[in-house]
Amino acid sequence: MSLIDLANPTRFLALSARVLPWLAAATAILLAVGLYLSAVAPDDYQQGATVKIMFIHVPNAWLSMFVWGVMSMASLGTLVWRHPLADVAAKAAAPIGAAFTFLALFTGSLWGRPMWGTYWEWDARLTSVLILFLMYLGLMALWRAVEDPSRAARAAAVLTLVGALNLPIIKFSVDWWNTLHQPASVMRMGGSTLDKSFLIPLLVMAVAFTLLFVTLHLAAMRNEILRRRVRSLQMMQASRVAFSSDMGTGSRQENASTGAA
Amino acid sequence: MSLGPYAPFIVTSYVAAAIVVVLLIGWIVLDYRNQTERLRELERSGITRRSGRSATGTP
Repeated sequence: MSLIDLANPTRFLALSARVLPWLAAATAILLAVGLYLSAVAPDDYQQGATVKIMFIHVPNAWLSMFVWGVMSMASLGTLVWRHPLADVAAKAAAPIGAAFTFLALFTGSLWGRPMWGTYWEWDARLTSVLILFLMYLGLMALWRAVEDPSRAARAAAVLTLVGALNLPIIKFSVDWWNTLHQPASVMRMGGSTLDKSFLIPLLVMAVAFTLLFVTLHLAAMRNEILRRRVRSLQMMQASRVAFSSDMGTGSRQENASTGAA
Repeated sequence: MSLGPYAPFIVTSYVAAAIVVVLLIGWIVLDYRNQTERLRELERSGITRRSGRSATGTP
């Protein structure tokens, strides 16, 4: 099966129905393993047990940017190739990305209070992630505000691609500005600075949350395809009703004119 | 496993993550049920796709 074949929503529905149970099972197993490894991970010599918050915070922070990246690719698909599933993919990903971004902000805030002495600081990393969260909400509002999905898709695609400029700002904010947030310790030139006892649970949780995203995204895409089918069938129903009422009016007028003659 | 003096912060983080994930799963499952039910209602009332296939598209 080629990629072109997958562009057919009916084929996508059939394929995703087969794949989803396996993905859900793999996600559940990896999440269970990740949670166990997080629970038995040792305390950090500086952070103490709060290092356990990192096993939730970091995967969500990565995914907050990854999901916007997926939406940006899908937006290119909408604007350049008009791929039938591109807009569906972008729209379905937005609420999931917003949820991950919220969790990154919330868990980061809970980690910051004992470690930094404050829940929030208007530094470059925290502020740029907050802007990302607000952009997710703005996109979701835009999709709801415009009734025609194809018109909403183009506006949302442009906004998504403009918003993608925020991704390098988030990533490099800790290098470009003097921030309270620590610099990268996993994805950096020269390799990770984390000890294996922290790195392994972190990576397992990151893969588990990524699988969770893929699973939820496929399921949400299925829902969006079905929602569009409902909409098109409702429009067919409305046009049938309008046509039959027109016919009724027409035949009544014809009868009236025949009677008058 | 001792979480020390910062246990409330750690537990709240994990509970918040669990709640958000459960809400996401619940929203997606309910949305699926809602859409398939609406499609079935439309098909029962005689509105079908031009291809004649079931709108839910599942094999």
